[in-house]
Amino acid sequence: MTWILENWERFWEVTAVHLRLSIVPVLAGFALSIPLGWFASRSAKARAVLFPLANVLFTIPSIALIVITPILIGVKILDEINVIVPLVIYTVALMVRSVSDALAAVPGNVIAAANAMGYRPLRRFLTVDFPLALPVTIAGLRVATVSNISMVSVGALVGLGGYGQLFTEGYQTDHTEKVLAGLIGTVVLAVLADGLLLLIGRLLTPWARAGR
Amino acid sequence: MGAWLFDPAHWSGPTGIPVRLLEHLGYTLLTLLIAAVIAIPLGAFVGHTGRGGFAIVGLSNALRALPTTAVLILVVLWAGLGDFPVYVALVLLAVPPIMAGTYAGVRAVDPMAVDAARGVGMRESGVLLNVEIPNALPLIYGGFRGAALQVVATATIAAYTGAGGLGRFVFDGLALQEFGQMLAGAVLVALLAVLVDLGFAGLQRLTVSPGLRPAGTGGKR
Amino acid sequence: MIEFRAVTKRFEDGTIAVDELDLTVEAGTITVFVGPSGCGKTTSLRMVNRMIDPTSGTILVDGRDVLTVDPPTLRRGIGYVIQQAGLFPHRTVLDNVATVPLLSGWDKRRARTRAAELLEIVGLDPAFGKRYPAQLSGGQQQRVGVARALAADPPVLLMDEPFSAVDPVVREDLQNELLRLQAELDKTIVFVTHDIDEALKLGERVAVFRKGGHLAQYAKPQELLSAPANDFVASFVGRDRGYRTLTFLHADVPVHPVATAKLGERITVADWTLVVDEQNRPKGWLSGVDGEVEVGEDDLVSGGSLYDGSSLRGALDAALSSPSALGVVVDDAGAVTGVVKADDVIQALAKARAAGEVPK
Repeated sequence: MTWILENWERFWEVTAVHLRLSIVPVLAGFALSIPLGWFASRSAKARAVLFPLANVLFTIPSIALIVITPILIGVKILDEINVIVPLVIYTVALMVRSVSDALAAVPGNVIAAANAMGYRPLRRFLTVDFPLALPVTIAGLRVATVSNISMVSVGALVGLGGYGQLFTEGYQTDHTEKVLAGLIGTVVLAVLADGLLLLIGRLLTPWARAGR
Repeated sequence: MGAWLFDPAHWSGPTGIPVRLLEHLGYTLLTLLIAAVIAIPLGAFVGHTGRGGFAIVGLSNALRALPTTAVLILVVLWAGLGDFPVYVALVLLAVPPIMAGTYAGVRAVDPMAVDAARGVGMRESGVLLNVEIPNALPLIYGGFRGAALQVVATATIAAYTGAGGLGRFVFDGLALQEFGQMLAGAVLVALLAVLVDLGFAGLQRLTVSPGLRPAGTGGKR
Repeated sequence: MIEFRAVTKRFEDGTIAVDELDLTVEAGTITVFVGPSGCGKTTSLRMVNRMIDPTSGTILVDGRDVLTVDPPTLRRGIGYVIQQAGLFPHRTVLDNVATVPLLSGWDKRRARTRAAELLEIVGLDPAFGKRYPAQLSGGQQQRVGVARALAADPPVLLMDEPFSAVDPVVREDLQNELLRLQAELDKTIVFVTHDIDEALKLGERVAVFRKGGHLAQYAKPQELLSAPANDFVASFVGRDRGYRTLTFLHADVPVHPVATAKLGERITVADWTLVVDEQNRPKGWLSGVDGEVEVGEDDLVSGGSLYDGSSLRGALDAALSSPSALGVVVDDAGAVTGVVKADDVIQALAKARAAGEVPK
C-alpha cells in the first residue's frame, strides 16, 4: 500500500491505461454481441455455428492471441490494439451466449401480446424484448467485465501497459510491493466495475425486483 | 507455423513437443484435481445447508477478479521458482467456477426430491451423497469443464516464470522473434483444450444418470 | 394408531402452525386432514415422521413417542408420499421404489424383486421399471411415489397432497386406486388435501383444520355435511352439502322398466326410448319421431350420468342429468337394468329421514 501512496502518479497512470484497455473491449464486444445474440436466439443454424465457434475462441490462450494479433492485422507488437482485439473476441464469445439465452427466455406470451397490439419488429425489440432480456444480459456483462479487467494484465508480458506492467517490473526487480499494488488495483477496479454494473442493472430494471 | 510444427527435431528430447504437451496436461489435471477436492465439498456443503451462499458467491466473484499473472509472480517472489507457484495460481483460477457450479447445482435440485429423500429415511449424508450430488452433476460438470478450459489456456503463462508446458513455445518464440514457434504453441494449447474438454464430456456421459439428460433424450417414451 | 396429544408447533418467526392439537387416527383407516392453506394440516402430518418436530406435546405412533426414535429410523418405518411424487430424477423407476428396502439393508436383488411386485400392485406395467421419472406422466409418477412408500410394507402411510398436481380425470383414477389398495392392504393412512371433495371421497374420518392450526371438527364425512360443528366448517364443506349428503345414503330406489331398442332396428317411438348396443349397454336416447323409423346413430340424444346403485346422490344425478328425466340404472357389467325417477329419490330420502338414517 505504501508503494501506491509513494508512487501515486505512476499508479494513476497505469490505472488509466488499464481502465481504457478493459472498458473499450467490453463496450465494443457488447455492441457486437447484441446483433449476433439476437441472430442466435432466432435461428438454430446460427446457434450451431456461433456457439461452438465461441467455445473454440475461448480455448485460445490470451497470451497467444495477444502475440498473434499484430502479425495478423499488421501492427507493431506494442500497439494497444493487440490487447483490445483479443479482449473484444473474448467478450463477444462470452456475451453472444448470454444475449441469446436472455432473448430466448423472454416469455412467449409477452411477445405474442406485443405483436397483437401492433408493434413493428424493431420497435418491439427495442422496447419489449431487449429490456426484458436485460437482467440476464447484464449478468453476462458483469462476468465479461471482471474477466477483462483481470486479463488486461497479460498484455504486460509482451510489454503493453496497465497494471500488468507493475507485475513484470516487480518480478524483474524482485519488488513484491509493486506486484501487490497492481493486484490490489486490479481487484478494486473489478469490484467497482462489477458493483457499478449491478447498480445500473437495478436502475434499468426496477420491475425485476417488484413483488419480492 | 507448419514448418516449425512438423519439424521432426521439435518432436523429441526433453524440450520437444510431446514432453511439453505432457507437462501442460500434468499441470492441468493436477490443478483440476486439487481444485475439485477444495471446491466441490465446499460448494456442496453450502448448497446443502443453504447457509453462507452469499459468502460463496462473493468469494467466487472476488477470486475471479484475481489476475493469475500477479498471483504467479507473487508466489514465485515469495517461494522461489518451480511448479508450486504455478499450481497456486491455477488452483485459485479453477476453484471459483467449480465451487459456483457445485453450489448452484445442489441448490437447483428439486426440493420435492430432497424432501422425499429425508421422508423415506435417508440421513443427511445420504441426502447429499445419494440425491443432491448425483442430481447436481450436470451443473458441477458445467463449472468443472469451464474451469478446465481456463486452466489449459492459462497454464501457458507458467512459462513466463520459467516453468514448463506449451507456454514455453510461446515465450521462447517471443524472445527469439520466432513467429512459427509462437503460433505452434498457441495452436497446440487450443488443441489440447478441445481434447481435454472432449475427455471430460465423455466422462460426464458415463457418470451422469441418463434420467438427467434433457427431456426427450433419456430413451424411448 | 397415531395419537396427537396437545401438540403445538410454533415456528421461529412466531407463527403458530398447530395449536394444542388433540386427535387420534384409528389404525386401518384413511383419515383426511383438510383445510385452507396455512391451517397447519401439512405441519401436523410432517410431525408424525419428524420432518418437523413439535414445539410441545407428544405424538405416539402405535404407542411409541416419535421423539424417542432417531428420525431416519422412524421414517423408514412410515410410508411418505408427497405432491408431484418427489421421485429421484437420477434413478430408474425400479430403483426409486427399491429405495427404502435398500436403506433398511435388504440386498439389491431382493429389493428389486420387491419393487417390481409393487409396480404391479399400484397398476403399472413392470416394464416401466427401467424408465426414468422424466419419462413418465404425472399420474404414473404419482403411482411410483405410492409404490415407493409401500415398498418396505410400513403400517402407516403419510400422504401430503399427493394428487393435487394431476388433472381431474387422472386424480379420480388415483383416488379410486387408493381406495382399492386400502381395501387390500389395510394401512393406517393420513391424507392431507385442501380439496373438500377429495376429503369426503377418501376419508373414513375427516379432520377439518382452520387457520392458526385449530381443529375445527373431526368426524365422519356424512356428519360434517349434516351436522357441521360451526360456520367455518359449514362454509368450508360448501353450498352443495345437502346434495353431497346424498353421497353417504344408500337406500332402495324403485327401478322402473324402460323401452329399449338396438341400433338399426325399425321401431315406432312415441315417448323416450333408450338405445342400447349388443351388450345392452346404453348408447343414448331417442324421442320425438313420428311413425316407424330405423334407429340410427345420428338421431341419438346422448346424455346423463349412469346410476350403478352406489348412493342416492348417484341416483338423483342420473335422473337430473338425463334428457328424458329418467336416470339410467346399470349393473356391474354396464348393462341397462331400468331407470329411476327424481321423485322416487326424494321419497326414498324422506323415508330414510323418517327412519332416522339421516344424521341430524
